[in-house]
Amino acid sequence: MTHSISLTVNGARRDVVLDDPRVTLLDLLRERLHLTGTKKGCDRGQCGACTILVDGKRINSCLALAISHDGADILTIEGIARGDQLHPVQAAFIAHDGFQCGFCTPGQIMSAIGMMQEAQAGNDPERIRECMSGNLCRCGAYAGIVDAVLEAQAGADESNQRRSA
Amino acid sequence: MKQFEYVRPATVAEAVAAAAQPGAAYLAAGTNLLDLMKCNVSRPDRLVDVTHLDGLDRTERLADGSLRIGALVSNADLAHDAEFAKTFPAVAEALLSGASAQLRNAATVGGNLLQRTRCAYFYDTASRCNKREAASGCDARDGVNRSHAVLGWSESCIATHPSDFCVPLVALDAVVEIEGKNGRREVALEALHRLPGDTPEHESVLEPGDLIVALRLPAAARGLAAHARYLKVRERTSYAFAIVSAAAALRIENDKIAEARLALGGVAAKPWRARAAEDVLKGLAPTADAFQEAASRALTDAMPSGDNAYKIELARRIVVRALSLAAAGTPARIPALPASPFASISGAIHA
Amino acid sequence: MPELNLTSAPAHLRHGSNIGQPLTRRDGVLKVKGQATYAADNHPPGMLFAVMAVSSIAHGRVTSLDVAAARRHPGVVDVMTPDHKPQLAIDPEIKTNPFVFRMEVLQSNEIRYANQPIAVVIAETLEAATEGAALLAPRYETLPALVGLDAGESYVPPVVGVGNPAENHRGDVEAGLAAADKRIEATYETPPQYHNAMEPHAIVASWDGDGLQIDMPTQGLMLSLARVAELFGIPHDKIHIRSPFLGGGFGSKGLMAGPPVLGIMAAKLVGKPVKLVLRREQMYGPVGHRAPTRQRLRIGADADGRLTALDHHARTVSSTFDDFYEPAADASHTLYASTAIRTSHDAVRVNTGTPLFMRAPGEATGSIALESAIDEMAWACGMDPLAFRLKNYAEVEPITGKPFSSKALRACYEQGAARFGWAKRSLQPRQMRDDAGLLVGWGMGTATFPALMFQAEARAAIRRDGTGAMEIGAHDMGQGAWTALAQIAADAVGLDIDRVTFKAGTSDLPDAGIAGGSAHTATAGAAIHSAGAAVIAKLADLATNDERSPLYGAGNAGVIARDGRLIRRDDESRSESYPEILARAGLVEVEARGTGAPNPAAMEEYAMHAHGAVFAEVKVDPELGQVRVTRMVGAFAAGRIVNPHLVKSQLFGGMIWGMSFALHEEAITDRRSGRIMNANLGEYQIPVNADVPPLDVITVEERDPHVNALGIKGVGEIGITGSAGAVANAVWHATGVRVRRFPIRIEELLTQL
Repeated sequence: MTHSISLTVNGARRDVVLDDPRVTLLDLLRERLHLTGTKKGCDRGQCGACTILVDGKRINSCLALAISHDGADILTIEGIARGDQLHPVQAAFIAHDGFQCGFCTPGQIMSAIGMMQEAQAGNDPERIRECMSGNLCRCGAYAGIVDAVLEAQAGADESNQRRSA
Repeated sequence: MKQFEYVRPATVAEAVAAAAQPGAAYLAAGTNLLDLMKCNVSRPDRLVDVTHLDGLDRTERLADGSLRIGALVSNADLAHDAEFAKTFPAVAEALLSGASAQLRNAATVGGNLLQRTRCAYFYDTASRCNKREAASGCDARDGVNRSHAVLGWSESCIATHPSDFCVPLVALDAVVEIEGKNGRREVALEALHRLPGDTPEHESVLEPGDLIVALRLPAAARGLAAHARYLKVRERTSYAFAIVSAAAALRIENDKIAEARLALGGVAAKPWRARAAEDVLKGLAPTADAFQEAASRALTDAMPSGDNAYKIELARRIVVRALSLAAAGTPARIPALPASPFASISGAIHA
Repeated sequence: MPELNLTSAPAHLRHGSNIGQPLTRRDGVLKVKGQATYAADNHPPGMLFAVMAVSSIAHGRVTSLDVAAARRHPGVVDVMTPDHKPQLAIDPEIKTNPFVFRMEVLQSNEIRYANQPIAVVIAETLEAATEGAALLAPRYETLPALVGLDAGESYVPPVVGVGNPAENHRGDVEAGLAAADKRIEATYETPPQYHNAMEPHAIVASWDGDGLQIDMPTQGLMLSLARVAELFGIPHDKIHIRSPFLGGGFGSKGLMAGPPVLGIMAAKLVGKPVKLVLRREQMYGPVGHRAPTRQRLRIGADADGRLTALDHHARTVSSTFDDFYEPAADASHTLYASTAIRTSHDAVRVNTGTPLFMRAPGEATGSIALESAIDEMAWACGMDPLAFRLKNYAEVEPITGKPFSSKALRACYEQGAARFGWAKRSLQPRQMRDDAGLLVGWGMGTATFPALMFQAEARAAIRRDGTGAMEIGAHDMGQGAWTALAQIAADAVGLDIDRVTFKAGTSDLPDAGIAGGSAHTATAGAAIHSAGAAVIAKLADLATNDERSPLYGAGNAGVIARDGRLIRRDDESRSESYPEILARAGLVEVEARGTGAPNPAAMEEYAMHAHGAVFAEVKVDPELGQVRVTRMVGAFAAGRIVNPHLVKSQLFGGMIWGMSFALHEEAITDRRSGRIMNANLGEYQIPVNADVPPLDVITVEERDPHVNALGIKGVGEIGITGSAGAVANAVWHATGVRVRRFPIRIEELLTQL
């Protein structure tokens, strides 16, 4: 039995015929839509490498069935830069060396973007550390990650102020 | 993952009918169920996806002052609701101390209540586990069991319930609304989960097809908001299940404890309400001695089930600390590290 | 040819031009955009998915597999089993060289450890292959599992680590202990640990006739290629391995393991490209781990606090079928001067996958025990831990008596202690609290790691358009080879980094050796440096022998390569650009090769090590026993720093591993079944962001003329040493409770607080 679902992926509508309801959002992205920026580190919601935004919220795509997300709006690491212009979080990760091997990085960046939208951590390093704890980094780039988020958050705060001024 | 039939019902009634059949399971966010399916611990034939049902994702204040939370409200949405966090601070703190931000965004209120144990032998399908497979035996009893139950366990099962959320909920007399084959009914959260006895495979009082549609926090729980905390000891600072946790809530009038609520997490197959300890506290001044007495009472019946005697002592100390923190007053904002002993970071060091 | 004496006085190699610059990662944009291609991201046309089924018993044999059930599952294409598989050209049990480890590639039904591969299911979809593997429902004949450090008769292994003697001594330890004024004896235990790189081991294998294309993360392209060639009986030039990015390695991707071989076999079996990715739990078995240890230290000191004896014995384990021994006790060879030193190892065999190098193998395990014991001895002598270490500062390498090629450890102690504020530490434990009433403790540890060199080759070219090229099959597992080696390459050919094409990460390039032993930058860097020197020499030869060149006749004076020009060393007004030289010679490019290798004479003469000092602050809840590291300062002297930005990150990472060693990670084995009960990232706990405090790294200036041409010592592993002990010692200082079993668990503190 096949199921048709329709998703918006990085702004583009994707109609997908699923021959198998077992396909997770992560495996759909990686193995069927060939969007391999999103990584599989554990496949059990224990590492955060597969973090994407679904309807604006960061989730572990390994623990989400694609079929259940019919109609969802999905944003992945491939969808946040505008051409050569990096998203501020991406740029800040490079500037602060927020990664080494880079495997957890797409998940870290999507998580950071999701976290900034949640607006719970602000520019408090301790809250950022807590709110980014769902993304493991075995290389140990945590200090750079926090610094990158702080810089991106400062930039976002500044542009918000400018907008409201 | 076993092949399954995917069903997306349009109404609660359709859902109940579809899930009442043998081999069916409800799918909400799936943060626990999909993991269990990937590990072959759960192998349902049919998934009944309730995430598209209308009306289960709302929170509303009822005429009697209680708060009704739809079963599909996400853990994060609930915890981040400023009004909710102010009214039920220990619940919000518990929610935010659980799992990760990603998981909290997906996980639902209803699903959280029905989380399965993290016992490694339950997850390891090559091990014997009475909970996973009735009457097969328990390899945890003589195995790696430093994190297992110290209250309410049996020779059949020493697993614990892993939820943080449930701990303050059970302290606050939360009620679960259930839709089943015979219509709607209500069960006190305290009565939802069962202790293992000889049948650990029966984890709750739910019958096939039963769907949790809402959770209710009674009006009386609001009166405890000024002195309510959740405290959780774990093996890393975040993203870890509790070794032991406690929710404490007090109503203090004229410097005396007019009412106390206390529950423990990580110690039993269910969130553990410590009523005897609550009774001890009633009418006493909120002092260290009183809290010590309550802690002793809360753990009177505790017994190690393996290499976990330390959990009894740890639970006593957590009770004392949680009560002390509650007595000191609910902080204006949930700490940066929710429920952590390191919640208040201090700069100054004194030699 | 002009004399360019580059090895002893690299005059053209200007510290501060490319080398030494804190460049951001050159692969950074790819990585932040999700465009860096890791092995499992490949998807050649027609590719099928392979999933391993693994053993749930640790010892015995498989008696049946329900292959029919797996085959019945829609989408399953084939099931590879011991009875149905392509034949290998050689027996995988044969160790053709010391860097070959035995692997399980379905050669028999025998089970020697839990999570050993027992079959591979190949299917059109990942979902079908995964369920197919579950449907095999293996039956076993189970034999008792050997588990733990007391599993059986112990024996002295022939060698530990890579070829080190199992026992070593200098002086008479028993006499030293007898003469001591103060003595301590303490036993420390460290658990099995798993590398757990974020990227699971993965392979995409495609056969084209007898040619083989492989995408696979590897820390050793050429070793892997050679192993594949001998296993499948095909010539080296028929195999192409791509490994442009590793999602972490830490030693587990250094040598060819069984699972990628199974991927290649599966592709051969079905005649289509196959992707095989390990599930996280499958990484706890066939791809190596750090073995557990039990270490007994006996230390004696005289009345002044000088060591009279240091006796370090380590018990470890190896598998029942192969040999790798964690050289834990060797950590005591290099750090502290003592009248007598003895190190020894013994081992037992257990039903485990063979242990392997894991970030600082031996140094990490040995360091936490040694640094704890030194701290205990300092306390026994009533001395400040830093003062005690300075009192026993080794001016020569204690075990050999050789001078150090360089050693700026004293400066590390001074600068680290100053930055940390160590002078304000109370000598007595359990004296410090913070405003919230938490116990505060300060601890320190000395870091050390040998400065190793392997062998590598590089190819350099200079082109008529004024650009350069450098090619080397180097590996970037996160340490930053794409950037740091490109910086070395740019200086080697005297060009700006943006004018040099740097190629790495594939097996068709010159052999860069293995990315391990913290030696990759030094080894590959030396090859690059030498290839650059050779190509510049050729270019200089063209110019100085050509009457039309302003450099004509400069052969004896020598030339310097800088900014795309050759410049007369004794007269900088005379120079010529690379394009001018090549154009006149009618050449499109010149190329040359160079090698990097250890210098046996220098190694004979000097002991070569990086050093460091790590200071840690922890807070401990006085009733609940939960521990949190709140501050760490590490000062490291590791020779020349090629890129301070990346080096800082590497050292941070190592310090976090040290913290994790002391407080978090441990694989827990069920003693009855031999299965690891926490083979996942939820319960095998590595630090999360909230565990990691503000970290501070100081790189202490150190010039080493002996280690290699570039003076590089390597920083990949040293960060974990010293740090683990510093955290453990801080926990003691906070609580007064000495925990000697790692990681430190709440229950062990709780009962004694």
